[in-house]
Amino acid sequence: MDFSDSPEEATFRAKARDWLNANATLRDGSEKAQDHFMARDADEVARARDWQARKAKAGWAGLTWPRAFGGRDATPIEQVIWNQEEGRYAVPPNVFLIGIGLVGPTVMIHGTQSQKTAVLPRALTGEDIWCQLFSEPAAGSDLAGIRTRARRDGDDWVISGQKVWTSGAHYSSHGILLARTDPQVPKHKGMTMFLVDMSDPAIETRPIRQISGGASFNEVFIDDLRVPDSARLGGESEGWKVALTTLMNERFSISVGRASGGARAEELIALATRVERNGRPAIQDGEVRARIADFVARQRGLEFTSYRVMTSLSRGDAPGEEGSIGKLLLGKLRQEMGAFGLELAGTAAGVSAGADDDAARWRNEYLTAPGNRIAGGSDEIQRTIIGERILGLPPEMRVDKTVPFSEL
Amino acid sequence: MNFGFSEEQDTIRETLARMLGDHATLEVAHTRLDSGEGFDTATWSALAEGGWLGLAMSEAHGGSGMGAVELAILAEEVGRCMAAVPCLPVLCMAVPALQSAGTEDQRRSLLPGIAEGRTIIAMALAEGGGLAPDTVSAKVAQGRLSGQKSPVTFGAEATHALVAATDEEDTPRLYLADLTASGVTTSALDPIDRTRPTAEIVFDNAPVELLPGSDPAAIYRLLSGAAVLAAFEQIGLAGRALALTTAYAGERHAFGRPIGGFQAVKHRLADMFAKIELARSNAFFGAWALASGDSRLPEAAAVARLSALDAVQFVTEESIQLHGGIGFTWAADPHLFLRRGWQLKAELGPAVLWRERLIDNLADAPWAAS
Ligand SMILES: Cc1cc2nc3c(=O)[nH]c(=O)nc-3n(C[C@H](O)[C@H](O)[C@H](O)COP(=O)(O)OP(=O)(O)OC[C@H]3O[C@@H](n4cnc5c(N)ncnc54)[C@H](O)[C@@H]3O)c2cc1C
Repeated sequence: MDFSDSPEEATFRAKARDWLNANATLRDGSEKAQDHFMARDADEVARARDWQARKAKAGWAGLTWPRAFGGRDATPIEQVIWNQEEGRYAVPPNVFLIGIGLVGPTVMIHGTQSQKTAVLPRALTGEDIWCQLFSEPAAGSDLAGIRTRARRDGDDWVISGQKVWTSGAHYSSHGILLARTDPQVPKHKGMTMFLVDMSDPAIETRPIRQISGGASFNEVFIDDLRVPDSARLGGESEGWKVALTTLMNERFSISVGRASGGARAEELIALATRVERNGRPAIQDGEVRARIADFVARQRGLEFTSYRVMTSLSRGDAPGEEGSIGKLLLGKLRQEMGAFGLELAGTAAGVSAGADDDAARWRNEYLTAPGNRIAGGSDEIQRTIIGERILGLPPEMRVDKTVPFSEL
Repeated sequence: MNFGFSEEQDTIRETLARMLGDHATLEVAHTRLDSGEGFDTATWSALAEGGWLGLAMSEAHGGSGMGAVELAILAEEVGRCMAAVPCLPVLCMAVPALQSAGTEDQRRSLLPGIAEGRTIIAMALAEGGGLAPDTVSAKVAQGRLSGQKSPVTFGAEATHALVAATDEEDTPRLYLADLTASGVTTSALDPIDRTRPTAEIVFDNAPVELLPGSDPAAIYRLLSGAAVLAAFEQIGLAGRALALTTAYAGERHAFGRPIGGFQAVKHRLADMFAKIELARSNAFFGAWALASGDSRLPEAAAVARLSALDAVQFVTEESIQLHGGIGFTWAADPHLFLRRGWQLKAELGPAVLWRERLIDNLADAPWAAS
């Protein structure tokens, strides 16, 4: 039990800090925290690419990737250290989370040699940006219910269908796409994974506006997209197995990465010191203090839970289901904090008067949080995972596991 | 960074779990509850014989010189087994108080007896429902203590007590009282958990001895350490309650299937698990801060305490709920955990106290109630 850096970790931290100091500027206090994995415009994408290229050149990209693939063979804890250090600097959003965190590791396990050569170096340097083409209008939690079809045509595959909620598709160069190749077998058995080029004219991307007002995800229409068999990732009909690798790495990225995002509970203390309630500083109000204290306790608990996960990973254990705990608790906490911040800011400021005021900031927080409770496996799905895979409770009754997909 | 236990610590846990599992069964807990003879002296003696009571004492005082993390492991196992023993007051509070604020004479005369299980030191901090040292009204003048302390856990079973009282300059300090001395009257109270006997102690000009290193800051540090260690006992009991309830949900059938297959039940159990694990993570950080003397201990302790209180209350209440009618019976296990949970809440103060401490620590200017 040691919360401080080991000597090796301290060296790693110092090196990271040196490099960051020489290559980036510290965030000043006024800079608002933001979700660090979605770009807001083309300019941010360009800056993100540039930053990634510089990191890659200096050996700070794909830290946990094996050296053989251009990574640094870093431990999960070193990745956390890097994230902590990089987080102190004003750097562009990490739009490479899906490419480096999800697609790369999946290709390393299931890809052919030429796929590895084509995908991994360009993902690392940020030349390619990847998106995840899994969810569909009729298949979200029940991902194995996808209907996008891929049919054999000579040596090629022809893919048609619709994907939805695809984060970053509008600025991604490539996508990892799950398609149904055999509807005559049960749903989990008839899928195949593909790597596709988003610039193909057979793919049309339409941004979807979210409740927060921004548009970071999209619907993606695929109309007779022709890809060679070499675009297939993993075996034919083995798409589910490949998808599970991607999803496992998604959970890992969420626990280790900054995908968690969101405000710090301490920011509410600062806010409560600035605004009034019942004619005195809100921080003197018992209810305000109680709420913030509970937020702090929950947020610290989440942070330390991710360190526990990192510790077991660094000891060589496979990423387990513990990631579900953080995933389950984070969204709701963020939502409650957003609501409370908005309430506090509202007492003094009423409606938002400018894009940068407290009300605007917490309103945005409040309107962003619901996505955390849905994306990457909803709260309800996490509870089922915890209940069944950790606690060993009996599985759900299912009617769809043994019947051919075409008969569902 | 290493946020887990070492192999040696895992071994300590296994040994303790085995030993406590042999002695402190839930049947024993039921017997203690029914008979009203709360203190499980057999388990306490077994802990003494195994050398566990001296775990965190130096070897010179008859202990084995281990640290706060090992003590936390002991506390968690005591909680898991629902052992009716004074782990919190004696091992997690009195011993550290003597070690950090007592004289070498006091240590030499008391620690070996504690390690052997002969000496029981109760903590007489609270009075009138308050625990904070600055609200103490008991007073010491010329080495004589007068005041009323309540509730004092294991007060009637203890040989000594560490009492919070103000000195002649009105500064809260800790005093060692021999409970067999004249001027000490102990009367039993009726606690929510009778496996944790609780007393009121009235001191009337009773002779006491100062712990010279004790001042309000030291008392707060002691409370912080105790909150961290108590969090482990709380997690231990909550984890056991969850395990029992999960097993029950797998066995109990309704509507043709185990109730644990119904989402309402499964998801409730998942929420119970998540709260316990969140509390565990905070307790880990607290244990590290305590063991390493990190300056963030006050925050860490408050946070560990808050999430442990939350977890225990949720888990023990829902444990009764998920057992159905049987869960509402005296003979079933779930209320044992609910009672112990409340008792551990009472002993170190409810959430509101710790929330205030946390915000005071985090906000620049401490808040004075107006
Ligand atoms: C911000 C955001 C970004 C996203 N980015 C991507 C992306 O980049 N790529 C991608 O492929 N997908 C992405 N998604 C999609 C996401 O994975 C799905 O939205 C999610 O899996 C839920 O699926 P759904 O929307 O179809 O809801 P549904 O599955 O229809 O769920 C509706 C409700 O029913 C509940 N529910 C469903 N099944 C069960 C069950 N068995 N038991 C109990 N409750 C159940 C759910 O919890 C939910 O509350 C994103 C989503 C969001 C919100």
